[in-house]
Amino acid sequence: MSSISYWIVSTAHFRILCWLRHSNMLPTPSTSHVCFDRVYEPAEDSFLLLDTLSSASESGFLKDRFNAESGAPPLVLEVGVGSGVVLAFTAANAKSIFGRQDVLTLGTDINSFACKAASQTVRTALNDNVNPASTFLDVVNGDLASSIRPHSIDVFIFNPPYVPAELPNFTHHDRYSVLPPGKDATSFEQDSYLLELSYAGGEDGMVVTNRMLNQIPELLDVGRGVAYVLLCAQNKPELVKEQIREWGVGWEAETVGSSGKQAGWEKLQIVRIWRNLK
Amino acid sequence: MKLLTLNFLTCAIKTCKTSPASFPLHPRDAELEIIESEINLPFLRNILPRLMWEEIRVIASELGLPSLPTTPPTREDLVEGASQAQATEQAEGEAVAEVEEVPSQTAKDLHRILLETGIKEGKLVCGNCAHEYKVMEGVANFLLPGHLV
Ligand SMILES: C[S@@+](CC[C@H](N)C(=O)[O-])C[C@H]1O[C@@H](n2cnc3c(N)ncnc32)[C@H](O)[C@@H]1O
Ligand SMILES: [Zn+2]
Repeated sequence: MSSISYWIVSTAHFRILCWLRHSNMLPTPSTSHVCFDRVYEPAEDSFLLLDTLSSASESGFLKDRFNAESGAPPLVLEVGVGSGVVLAFTAANAKSIFGRQDVLTLGTDINSFACKAASQTVRTALNDNVNPASTFLDVVNGDLASSIRPHSIDVFIFNPPYVPAELPNFTHHDRYSVLPPGKDATSFEQDSYLLELSYAGGEDGMVVTNRMLNQIPELLDVGRGVAYVLLCAQNKPELVKEQIREWGVGWEAETVGSSGKQAGWEKLQIVRIWRNLK
Repeated sequence: MKLLTLNFLTCAIKTCKTSPASFPLHPRDAELEIIESEINLPFLRNILPRLMWEEIRVIASELGLPSLPTTPPTREDLVEGASQAQATEQAEGEAVAEVEEVPSQTAKDLHRILLETGIKEGKLVCGNCAHEYKVMEGVANFLLPGHLV
């Protein structure tokens, strides 16, 4: 199949996916205020995360893990929030996903435009609710989870830049992450850089993800922490899972959601990472 | 940026994380803003054990906010006439108590400080390495030059 016709087929397939989401699932948060020239537009990967977190099996797992006896309000951290669609969905549907309404949500992104857009997305999604669905903290600008207190995260979510493509050149990051002086719009080079940040993952598409995985044991709550990380087929997911299981006693990694089967391969999958100390 | 967020943040420099002085980050030259929101009593009650009370007191006093009590409030402190409500609960079942729960002044103050007071512009300073992180338009920036290589 030529690449163009494949693109058309996959776009059509994607539309159907979006349409299906709306017909019988929890609502997708509105991102109509977000400028997708410089912030990642929700796509099949984003929706796979929403569907996985709200699936009967995952929400069952989470409800059990975070039942009232498990302790104080769980803190959800999403790294690389982009438009905020995933964090907003989690915040607005906390009751269906976790079985409790005292959940806290926090986000980070390296792209400062994404930070602002995502905060707005979460606030809008929460305002649509009659009862307080959860408590939103903030989205901070930073590298991965570098500014988060160790062992403070109960639920970690990451849809990384996973495409095997050269990492962007970070030299101009500071200049590119704000509006050009005296202007009210970003430049074309700036937008290209910010979008590259959202998909380019270096060798095997794993450079950013590997840096993040290395931080996970120190980031998660020791007793009840759990992480959801999206991988694509080129990331060698089986190898990634094996490596996680070698972190130490009790560490587990399982595929809990997938989409886009091609010739027997799942194009995208969500890996759940957690520690079983019992 | 909400003050409750500071309860979960630390200096982004790796070698600082093991030093107790890297938490909490200290606001400096902060311009505050108040964004009102609906009080969520069950949330406030449940979050109490996760609060680093002494550190939050330090931040509040550094920001010139009314001083917080030396010991954290109890769950009962957050509900108006909590002892009475408990009595009703025992007599008539939980539903009655739920309807009648009124947030106490302590609960309102806590909500105001943790969730309605935000840093709009200013800096957050690490007590260990003295690095200053800027807050602009309510967004804190923790990027370090070393992250961008
Ligand atoms: C594939 S997009 C996902 C966006 C959104 N979570 C979604 O699912 O639609 C990846 C996001 O990660 C962000 N990102 C890339 N590198 C990062 C880093 N080192 N630290 C924090 N965020 C990063 C990008 O700016 C982008 O918003
Ligand atoms: Zn420091």
